[in-house]
Amino acid sequence: MTEAVSFQQEFKVKGGDFSRGGEASCEIKNLLRDLGLDPQLVRRAAIACYEAEMNIIMYAWQGQLDLLVTPHRIRIIAEDKGPGIADIKQAMREGYSTATPEMRELGFGAGMGLANIKKNTDTFRITSKVGRGTRLELTIKTNGRKA
Amino acid sequence: MKLAEVIKRLDLKVFAGAKDLTRTVGGGYAGDLLSDVMAHGQKDHLWVTVQVHPNIIAVAVLKELAGIVLVNGREPAPETAEKAKEKGVPLIGTRLSAYEFAGRLYGMGIKRE
Repeated sequence: MTEAVSFQQEFKVKGGDFSRGGEASCEIKNLLRDLGLDPQLVRRAAIACYEAEMNIIMYAWQGQLDLLVTPHRIRIIAEDKGPGIADIKQAMREGYSTATPEMRELGFGAGMGLANIKKNTDTFRITSKVGRGTRLELTIKTNGRKA
Repeated sequence: MKLAEVIKRLDLKVFAGAKDLTRTVGGGYAGDLLSDVMAHGQKDHLWVTVQVHPNIIAVAVLKELAGIVLVNGREPAPETAEKAKEKGVPLIGTRLSAYEFAGRLYGMGIKRE
């Protein structure tokens, strides 16, 4: 892909740091809004980023969200160093979650995260290695749609 | 209907975000699972929940919700109120249950669009 990059930024996410939960996603949302993208697309990107960010916080040791904006798409790569996912098909099923009872009490672990990401993106690719980590590659087509 | 009017009519308590009450309430969503609200809440909805921890604020910001209503007389954790103030999210409380509160809102003509 030799598309011109209009914007690129990396956001570090620390595993277990619930106090900053959603901060990277809020920053990404503001950036996309400031780039003048269509609000509906910005909201979809925000949902996908939030779920990816919280997955890193809940399950991984450390990770990052890479945001890349080109004239035709928003591309988000969420990559972590963490326990990985043994059965991706099972993890994708709505309602399935490995969240702890403490996380569930806070309203996490609905088992909707990956499904929410998939619903809000145009392309969704997940790869994972047990004991190493997980990588999500997401794109949302913008086709230059502005606010 | 403006959020300030909802607060007045239902005698609600404002914990934080008092200067952002001019927002229009375009509907509501009740739920305690954050991903469920991320999936089904809509812009300008009032979110009715029992969750009081700081992570609810990011959900309201990202979904552009009109505000958060804590039910059953629950009070926000101090960090939650602080974050709400910082991000400009109205954080409101009622003694009513989620069921009763949603019923009152609906009765006032605030329906999910």
